Amino acid sequence: MGDVSGLRAGSQTLAMTELRVSYTLDSTLETVDNAEQTASRIATETGFDEDEVMQISMAVREAAVNAVLHGNAYDPDKKVKLDFERTSQDLVITIRDQGKGLDLDKIPDPLAPENLLKTSGRGIFLIRSFMDEVQIHPSMTGTEIKLVKHVHGTSEDVKEASQ
Amino acid sequence: MTMKTSTRQVDGVAIVDCSGRITLGEGSVILRDAVRELLSKGQKKILLNLGEVTYIDSSGIGELVSAFTTVRNQGGELKLLNLTKKVHDLLQITKLYTVFDVRDDEAGAVKAFS
Repeated sequence: MGDVSGLRAGSQTLAMTELRVSYTLDSTLETVDNAEQTASRIATETGFDEDEVMQISMAVREAAVNAVLHGNAYDPDKKVKLDFERTSQDLVITIRDQGKGLDLDKIPDPLAPENLLKTSGRGIFLIRSFMDEVQIHPSMTGTEIKLVKHVHGTSEDVKEASQ
Repeated sequence: MTMKTSTRQVDGVAIVDCSGRITLGEGSVILRDAVRELLSKGQKKILLNLGEVTYIDSSGIGELVSAFTTVRNQGGELKLLNLTKKVHDLLQITKLYTVFDVRDDEAGAVKAFS
């Protein structure tokens, strides 16, 4: 891929595909929609196909829902921080809230027969289903969730170029 | 696009044509209200036509489950019609595809209500 060669040529050409953008958002439902739309736009610009764009935007939406509802509990004094970082190999999206910290042990398996008919509890599962890597870091001052989707073929291209 | 529903009657079955997004907030509430209204009128055979639903999130999935169990608990039946690929795939990965009675033919779906 031409753009990958460009990336390897020197840091001055990285602007073609690299991106780092950060948003600080209110704890509202509007933020959830904005996060989803922004993720969809950036994923499309990155070159992901339609299904992947849907997966990425949905994962971001679910993470934003968790941040706004369960993390910040709609508190107007608490913000949601949304970062997008695009490298030659990955699109990395980080969502942070200022809540009490997600208790990972309390997230039930939504596929367990006894949970199938529950009306909630599928958000984290969907995020994990849709992204290549998911890291969740709860702390006393909030939860950070990092979502990674690998950009097509670039790992192979980079490997070949370095040989 | 926001969520919209319109309901029609075919052979004793209430068919709810849904379009737009079933997501946290308005979309989920509109679906919930549509199902509740039918139940309050004694309509217990409900077919949700999701053919024009463009997007559904975990809250929307929860709302479908809630509608399904609410109708069933009142002695009724709720079936799904015309899933888009996106909704179909979501129900597959959440293992709900086999929980719901999913149909792709309206006349056949209407006949399938007992």
